[in-house]
Amino acid sequence: MFSEANEKKLDEIMTHYPVKRSAILPALYIAQDEHGYVTDDDIRYLAKRLDMRINEVEEVVTFYTMYSRKPIGKYKLQVCRTLSCMLMGAEQITEHISHRLGCGIGETTPDGKFTLQEVECLGYCDLAPVLQVNFDYHEKVTSESVDKVIDGLQQK
Amino acid sequence: MTKVLTNRFDLKGGACDIDVYLKTGGYQALARTFKDFTPDQVIEEVKKSALRGRGGAGFPTGMKWGFVPKESKRPKYVVCNADESEPGTGKDRDLMRYDPHLLIEGMIIAAYALGARDNYIYIRGEYWYIKEILEKAIAQAYERGYLGKNVLGSGFECNLYVHPGAGAYICGEETALLESLEGKRGHPRLKPPFPAVVGLYGGPTIVNNVETLAAVPWIIQNGGEAYKALGTEKSGGTKLFTVSGHVNRPGNYEVAMGYPLMSMVNNECGGIPGGRKLKAIIPGGSSVPIITAEEAEKVNLDYESMGTVGSMLGSGGVIVMDETVDIFETTMNVTHFYKHESCGWCTPCREGTRWLFKVFERMHRYEGRPGDVELLYDLADKILGKSFCPLGDAAAMPVQSAIQKFRDDFDRRIKSTLVQINTAAD
Ligand SMILES: Cc1cc2nc3c(=O)[nH]c(=O)nc-3n(C[C@H](O)[C@H](O)[C@H](O)COP(=O)(O)O)c2cc1C
Ligand code: SF4
Ligand code: FES
Repeated sequence: MFSEANEKKLDEIMTHYPVKRSAILPALYIAQDEHGYVTDDDIRYLAKRLDMRINEVEEVVTFYTMYSRKPIGKYKLQVCRTLSCMLMGAEQITEHISHRLGCGIGETTPDGKFTLQEVECLGYCDLAPVLQVNFDYHEKVTSESVDKVIDGLQQK
Repeated sequence: MTKVLTNRFDLKGGACDIDVYLKTGGYQALARTFKDFTPDQVIEEVKKSALRGRGGAGFPTGMKWGFVPKESKRPKYVVCNADESEPGTGKDRDLMRYDPHLLIEGMIIAAYALGARDNYIYIRGEYWYIKEILEKAIAQAYERGYLGKNVLGSGFECNLYVHPGAGAYICGEETALLESLEGKRGHPRLKPPFPAVVGLYGGPTIVNNVETLAAVPWIIQNGGEAYKALGTEKSGGTKLFTVSGHVNRPGNYEVAMGYPLMSMVNNECGGIPGGRKLKAIIPGGSSVPIITAEEAEKVNLDYESMGTVGSMLGSGGVIVMDETVDIFETTMNVTHFYKHESCGWCTPCREGTRWLFKVFERMHRYEGRPGDVELLYDLADKILGKSFCPLGDAAAMPVQSAIQKFRDDFDRRIKSTLVQINTAAD
């Protein structure tokens, strides 16, 4: 079950399609938004709600990189590692964040605040290097600008 | 130069508001469509324009629309491919965030031409804020009667929904996209049947790139011939290019088809920083073969000219690399991408991309074995043309072209030349 507001949202989304199952990707975003990651309960619930088998939901969740099946940091720091960003120094950005947070790639800080990830092209190649924090883009980042972003998040 | 796509970019998002869009000539093409065009006439006009798909494959758009059967038991659909995940490409992003109504108008015209009531924009999940921009614009279009049960009183019903992807490059491939939209894993489907005949929920479906659909209102307003005349004989119109990497002014630039590549680099993009020399360019997104600085000098930005240097226009993602770049490193980087994005459905691509990367890894540590460069080339050969969908080719072509044109950068990674390397690297 989701919050009342999110249940309404899902009801509305389901009207977009002739089959219920088509709503699975948007529905998983809702689950992730509520619980921080996709829980076992979410999977059972969505299977029922969208007329799918449990393993069908599981298959979908594991195929797409934007869903997580386990808890992750409140802020997902995603540094693009693909070519245009690499040419503009993405590697140094990742190293800088890793050093500052004392947290390796794919790891979460002990306070559960940050998860550092290297991701593939984010469609911001002309604005490289790019950092995406959850859904927020930060373009043409430097060590200094990244520090400011992290400072801001640490105060939240 | 006549602009087709970027006329409202200077407003920096102002045109997201429908009133601004209307004041600057918006939705006039749609009104004209209902007044002056039958659905078939729309398709004819698009055929005349020589517009070719801007998603990467360059397939003639009018011809594709012509494949949709007139009568169909199942509903027809127009699906906009806004998955934009080809490395080096960020053009659809600006089209949608600066001028969302232009895409919406193009989609409604396409839906009218094909007789599609329900239509979707499949947008990559990372572009969440752009999804919200589109949804707001769509809501406004409903309010003003451009979408809904009776579009502009014509009796035509048209609905438009935005559907988010969730981080999978393969979902940009049109049949994988349709699978994903149906709520499944994004594995490509066997073709034929092509989506134009059997597509979404089994109905005839046109999948077009954002930029392709955004060109349609201009074509209706000004005529197919006029659009074609902006470009070359076989590559009609203008195209939006994303230039990234080593240039002073990276960004999105709309130019006429046939514009010289180096004029783009030197004029629009202000040349290469620090007075350094050009080494190589990947002209059409990471999937297309790399070209040398000499080749870049003689090539133009259109489909045919790119072919003369053994490359492709692709998605229009121009990645510029100066003389400091090691082509071994850049090729390893894109190989990592394809290994990561291989959907795992077929063996040549799933296993081949992993193998390729393994060899790259040991060469990266300067532990390449004699014959490893040939091995890379050979492995790529075993993927090329032998995989289920074009992602396999996209993984193989960059490797082969890089070895052909920048062999030195690869040879240096073989162990027997280790001493030489260390001095060269320090
Ligand atoms: C692996 C792969 C990824 C693709 N990614 C995209 C993409 O992100 N955006 C896109 O428009 N087309 C992409 N395409 C091309 C589509 O399959 C399809 O050709 C295109 O959407 C058709 O629209 P168009 O004719 O307007 O270009 C991709 C193709 C392949 C094989
Ligand atoms: S070529 Fe690669 S991406 Fe395409 S179907 Fe095969 S495994 Fe999947
Ligand atoms: S390569 Fe980093 S955003 Fe495209």
